[in-house]
Amino acid sequence: MKQTAIEVKNLSAGYNNQAIMENLCFEILSGEIFVILGGSGCGKSTVLKHMIGLIPPVTGKIIIHGQDMVTAQGKTKNSLLQKIGVAFQNGALFGSMTVLENVMLPLKEYTDLPMDAIETIARVKLGLVDLEQGAFLLPDELSGGMRKRAAIARAMALDPSILFLDEPSAGLDPLTSAGLDKLIMDLRASLGITFVIVTHELESILAIADRTIMLEKQTKGIIATGPPKQLKQDKSNPYVYNFFNRNLELRNIKNDPKS
Amino acid sequence: MSQPPQFTITTATNITTLCLSGRLDTKGVAAVWQRVTIAVGRAKSPTLIINLGEVDYMDMAGAAFISHLKNLDHNGTAKERSQVNGLKSAYTPLLVLAEKTDIKPAITNHLSPHSFVEQTGKNVADFLYDAKTFISFIGELIFAMVSSLKAPKNIRWGETFLMAERAGVDALPIVGLISFIVGLVMAFQAAIPMKMFGAELYVANLIGIATVRELGPLMTAIVLAGRSASAFAAEIGTMKINEEIDALTVMGMDPVKFLILPRVIALTMVTPLLTIFANLVGILGGAVVILSLGYPLVAYYNQVVNFVTWQDFTGGIIKCFVFGVLIAATGCIRGYQTQMGSSAVGQSTTRAVVSSIVLIAVFDGIFSIMYYYMGV
Ligand SMILES: Nc1ncnc2c1ncn2[C@@H]1O[C@H](COP(=O)(O)OP(=O)(O)OP(=O)(O)O)[C@@H](O)[C@H]1O
Ligand SMILES: [Mg+2]
Repeated sequence: MKQTAIEVKNLSAGYNNQAIMENLCFEILSGEIFVILGGSGCGKSTVLKHMIGLIPPVTGKIIIHGQDMVTAQGKTKNSLLQKIGVAFQNGALFGSMTVLENVMLPLKEYTDLPMDAIETIARVKLGLVDLEQGAFLLPDELSGGMRKRAAIARAMALDPSILFLDEPSAGLDPLTSAGLDKLIMDLRASLGITFVIVTHELESILAIADRTIMLEKQTKGIIATGPPKQLKQDKSNPYVYNFFNRNLELRNIKNDPKS
Repeated sequence: MSQPPQFTITTATNITTLCLSGRLDTKGVAAVWQRVTIAVGRAKSPTLIINLGEVDYMDMAGAAFISHLKNLDHNGTAKERSQVNGLKSAYTPLLVLAEKTDIKPAITNHLSPHSFVEQTGKNVADFLYDAKTFISFIGELIFAMVSSLKAPKNIRWGETFLMAERAGVDALPIVGLISFIVGLVMAFQAAIPMKMFGAELYVANLIGIATVRELGPLMTAIVLAGRSASAFAAEIGTMKINEEIDALTVMGMDPVKFLILPRVIALTMVTPLLTIFANLVGILGGAVVILSLGYPLVAYYNQVVNFVTWQDFTGGIIKCFVFGVLIAATGCIRGYQTQMGSSAVGQSTTRAVVSSIVLIAVFDGIFSIMYYYMGV
């Protein structure tokens, strides 16, 4: 039996006390590749931000490795944060630092490694996402896809046990995207990293995800959970079926939110 | 110039027929939108027939216009009772697309301005809320400063010195220029009436005391508010909208320690130093006038040195530490409060400069009163 890495209990997600998702409950197991799905603007990034303790949820609990992320403070929170890595949807790289310095920063802050060791480790991380060439560029000098990959490298800097990736493959060409999928699989296989990924790339979801949940705006909740291959076949909920099969017509007929 | 579209309206019993012709593009629609809307509204008949047989071109704006006309108030039954005829088949999908959106006239309601009382109340509430966040932020900052003084090696000295260079060294020319000119102009203005009493040399006393106690610190602080408070607000504000602050937070690095503390420490260090420089240059400005009036420099020097006390000087410098903290903190907090969007950064920058100048003025007043009672 695998251990639970993250437990989300009765989470109402939103800003300024207004819930855009209500009463979410799910668990993510250690070493799992867990994908959060949902239409654009339904609140995936928001749920992710709650999970990493960035904004307090409207109500509910987030338990990471047995500790409450919402109420954790000071040292507890810091040690919790060092176990997770986050790649934001738009990169969020530090604009005044080169890519390499961005990756080196967490290592500098949290380890006593000598500088040359830090630099070596950072370059290895950049190599993982095929970005050795861009090491000395500033974030502004990167393409959109390069920025994404730099953010992933930075998220992996401290070898976290849980990686949160917000739309990691958006804006990547199919080959790079497939390379990223392989990287995720490899890291999981050799290090047992847990992945929480928000993505729309159906192909990549089908290829790597163990389990997905699908959020929906109208019901403000989870409308489907399970392995993606199973959801793709399941015709019981037309919205889910159409989502996985890129089917526009059926949605309009069977599950038009207005009707 | 193409002709604007033409329209005719005929009303028979219970049926209004609207005929449109010409190009229904953005330009054309703009020309007739208001007139047609009024005319159709005036007709007040339950059924509207829109005849588009003569329309030679229609784009999305035209489709939106037709959809708008169909939705015009006919006691809520508009859609069923309105009818579009003669539209070229190529444009039918446009109309279908446009009609997907429910255009409710209510949408513009939120633009209605608040009443004066409402607006005033809102402003007061905003102001109080702002004051509260400001004070709690200052508290947080002081806490962070004290706790990092216990472990000074945790302060990011590299960043601090970089900031000190940018806010301090780079500001020397502008601080010097302004102080020199203020000293010069003030001496010149004062010399004219003083000359009538043959007391030109006492201009030195005036310049000395005014510069050291008030003008030096104040000029420096205002220049720094314009240069550094705005820069801090823009830097931190941009980091905020790029989610860089979020990234720091989830890496477990406290943005206050990481970004704000270096800036506050840097500015607290350089403000007094810049003020000393401003004092000297200001007094130098006065010297130019005195020299031109035919007095030797030594006389001016002696006059200043004998009149201005160390108390005056330190009183001015102590103020500067406070000004430094205020300017840096205001810049940072305004940046930190930045909402989403790039125009928000501009707003934060403006707010940073305005708030810090207001705070400088208020605290300068407080210091004057304090010094008065302390007999300084
Ligand atoms: N800072 C904020 N304050 C208030 N509301 C916000 C804020 N950020 C996002 N929202 C709202 O929350 C909702 C969900 O946004 P979120 O970014 O979580 O969507 P998403 O599912 O990640 O979409 P996408 O797939 O496009 O990235 C949106 O309706 C958005 O308007
Ligand atoms: Mg998102």
